[in-house]
Amino acid sequence: MAAAASCSTSTRSTGSVVVAASRNSVTSFQRRGPRASGTDSGCSRLVSIAGTRPSVRNGQLLVSTGLPALDQLLGGGLAVGTVLLIEEDKYNIYSPLLFKYFLAEGIVTGHTLLVASAKEDPADILQELPAPLLDDNCKKECDEDICNHKTESNIKMKIAWRYQLLPKMEARPVSSSRFGHYYDVSKRIPQELIEASKWHGFFLPEKISSTLNLEPCSLNHGYIKLLQFIQNIIYEEGFDGSNPQKKQKNILRIGIQNLGSPLWGDDICWTENCDSNHSLTKFLYMLRGLLRSSLSACIITVPTHLIQNKAIIARVTNLSDTVVGLESFIGSEKETNPLYKDYHGLIHIRQIPQLNNLIYDVSDVKDLAFKLKRKLFTIEWVQDNYLRQERNIYPPGFSYLLKQKDSAWGEGSLQHSTFLMSFLAKGILVSFCVRCSENKEAAVGIQSCHTLAAAFASRLVRHSEPLEQTGSGRIRQAAGPRLWHDGPRQEAPGLLVIPP
Amino acid sequence: MFPELNNLLNTTPDQAEQGKLTLLCDAKTDGSFLVHHFLSFYLKANCKVCFVALIQSFSHYNIVGQKLGVSLTTARECGQLVFLEGLKSAVDVFFRPQEEPHPLQFLREANSGNLQPLYEFVQEALKPVDSGEAAWRCPVLLVDDLSVLLSLGVGAVAVLDFIHYCRATVCWEWKGNVVALVHDSGDAEDEENDILLNGLGHQSHLILRAEGLATGFCKDVHGQLRILWRRPSEPTAQRDRSLTYQYKIQDKNVSFFAKGMSPAVL
Repeated sequence: MAAAASCSTSTRSTGSVVVAASRNSVTSFQRRGPRASGTDSGCSRLVSIAGTRPSVRNGQLLVSTGLPALDQLLGGGLAVGTVLLIEEDKYNIYSPLLFKYFLAEGIVTGHTLLVASAKEDPADILQELPAPLLDDNCKKECDEDICNHKTESNIKMKIAWRYQLLPKMEARPVSSSRFGHYYDVSKRIPQELIEASKWHGFFLPEKISSTLNLEPCSLNHGYIKLLQFIQNIIYEEGFDGSNPQKKQKNILRIGIQNLGSPLWGDDICWTENCDSNHSLTKFLYMLRGLLRSSLSACIITVPTHLIQNKAIIARVTNLSDTVVGLESFIGSEKETNPLYKDYHGLIHIRQIPQLNNLIYDVSDVKDLAFKLKRKLFTIEWVQDNYLRQERNIYPPGFSYLLKQKDSAWGEGSLQHSTFLMSFLAKGILVSFCVRCSENKEAAVGIQSCHTLAAAFASRLVRHSEPLEQTGSGRIRQAAGPRLWHDGPRQEAPGLLVIPP
Repeated sequence: MFPELNNLLNTTPDQAEQGKLTLLCDAKTDGSFLVHHFLSFYLKANCKVCFVALIQSFSHYNIVGQKLGVSLTTARECGQLVFLEGLKSAVDVFFRPQEEPHPLQFLREANSGNLQPLYEFVQEALKPVDSGEAAWRCPVLLVDDLSVLLSLGVGAVAVLDFIHYCRATVCWEWKGNVVALVHDSGDAEDEENDILLNGLGHQSHLILRAEGLATGFCKDVHGQLRILWRRPSEPTAQRDRSLTYQYKIQDKNVSFFAKGMSPAVL
C-alpha cells in the first residue's frame, strides 16, 4: 500500500487518465491502473468524481463548500484531503449554517457524508439542511436581490474610481453548474434526497458509553473514538484506495461540529492551563494524516472565542488548512456602525493552504461581510456599502472637515486612506481637526493643490500608526504614507508637494 | 534551490558548508519556501538527506521539488533521500500498533514522551556506510517542522534534547548539517515555542527568519527575510552579521530585493 501510494507522479502521466487542466496530484494517495469508466461527465476521457473539479492554479482536486461565494474566496473551492476550520461566531448562529451548506452540497452531489456531533443527533442535523435551489427557481429568487446591484454598478464612479477596478462578488448563480449550488435556507431539504444519500453519524453520547480498551494516551476518549470511527469508514468504504472499488469513486465529506467544546470532554474552553492541552491538536494532526491519504474533505467548527489559551488557537490554526473566521455583530459595538448596517457580521479568511505550490494564496479582498437574508446567505465586500454612502454624504464641490473619529472605518485602513486620497485627487480640501467636536462642516469652494498643501502644513494632521493594511500595497504607495504619521511633518510624496 | 538566495548566503551546491545548524523560522507568514530551498539545495549538492516531514505529504514536496529541479522519487529510490512522512506514519502507529519501536512512538504515550526513537531513526538513516568510496558528500538532517512536535505533546526540552543529540552526531561527528523550521508564534504567548526558538537560536550558525510585512498583506512583496550569521562557539567574537531582504514568491522561484526596492514600486 505504501509503495503503491508513493508511486510517483512520473508514472502517473503514463496512466490512462488524460486531464485537460494539469492535474498534478490529488493527495498523497495515488491509484494505479485504469479507472472505471462510465462516469457521469459523459464527455471525453476526463474521469471525474461528481461534484469536484481541478483547481486552475495547481491542479488540486476541489470540492465546493456549498457557498459559491466562499468557493470563490478560497480560490475555487476546498481542496480534497484538507480541513476547513470555521471559527465560530460568538453565539453560534451563523457557523452552523456554513456547516449545513457543506453537508447539503454533499447530498446534492451524491458524496458520502460523515456527521459527528456531541450536541445534536446527526439524523436531526440532516433534517435541517437547506433545500437546494434548482436553476429555474433560483432565477426568480435572486432577481430581486441583484437588480439593485446591476443599476448601481453601471454608474461610473467618479471619485473613488479605483474601486471600479476591483472584482465584483458574484451573486447570481451560474446556471446548471455541477460544482456549487445555491440553497434556500427557509426551506428544508426534501426527505427523498436524504434517504437517497449515504451518510454515517457519530453522536458522542451514544458512542462513548461502550467500554474502552485502549492504552492511556494523551488524547481524550471522545476524540479517540471519533478518529477510530472515521478511520473505519475510510478503510471499509475504500476512500483510501484500500479496497479496489468496482463502483464509482466518491468523496467522503466529514463534518464535525463544535470540536473543542466541553461537550466533547475537552477542557480547553474553560481553563487556561488545562491537563489535556494537546488533545485537540493531536486530534487535528491525526485527522490531517487520515485526510491526506484519502479522498475526503472535512469541515470543523471550533468555538475559538472560548479557548482561553491563545497559544492553542495558534496551534489549531497551524494544523488546519483553510481557516475562516466568523464575527457576528450581535452585541458588539459594530452593530451601530453605519457602515455595517446592512450586514450581520464579518467573515475573515485567515488562512488558505499552500499545497503543491510555492506561492501561497492570500485572499485579495479583505473587508468581507456577510448577511443572512430570508433565503440566502451572501458574502459581500464592505466597500460596496461605503460607495453607496459616499455619494450621498460627500458630494463634490464642497470642502469637508472630518473629525478623525467620525470615520466609520478603522484608522489607517485601506478604506480610510483611499477615501481621503480620492478626495485629494479631486482637489477638495480635507483637513482634520482633533479638537473639533462636530462632524462635518461644509465650506464653499474647491481649493487648488497648492493651497491644499499649505492648508496641510498649517493644520495639525493627526493619524495613528496604520494598524493593518487591508488591500494591495500599490494604493498605499500612492497615498503617501508619511503624510499620515504622528510627529514632525515630512514631505508628502505623490500627490502633494509641500512648499519648503 | 533559489539562485538568488544562494547568492545572498554566499554558497553554491558545490561549496556547501559542513557542520552547521541552520534555523529557519517564520513569523506571521509561511516560511516553508525556505524548506523547499534547502531540500533541493542539498539534493543538488549530492548530500545524503534525511527529511523528517511532519506537516505535509510526500507528494507536496515532490511536486514543488520538481518545479525547483529535483526529483524526490528518484532521490529516494537511489538512497540519497530518506523520507519520513509524518502524517502517514502517525496514522500507522496510532491505529495499527506495532511491537518494534517506531520513530513516532511518542504519539501513543500518555505523558510527554521523548524523541529517542526518532533520534535513532535519524541515526540509522544518516549513518555513513562503510563502503570504500564515499557515495554522498555529507549527511544532512532536515526537519519540517519542530513546532508541530510541541502540538503533539512533546515538551520543548525534549525537542531541544533531540536537536542536541542530532547536532552532536550529525554536525560534529559526521560533519554534516542540520536544518530545522520553527514557527514563531509572535504575540500568541506560546511559551514552549519561545523556549524552543530561543534555545535553538543560540545554538545555530545561521538563522533565516521570514517575516510578514509589518503593514500587512501586499501582493508584490510577500515578506521580509532576515539572515543572521552567528558563531555560537565564540560568544565574544565580532558582531554577528545580519542582512535583511524582502522577497516575492513566484511559481518556481523566489526573487529577493533590498528593502523598498521591489520592482513593483520602482
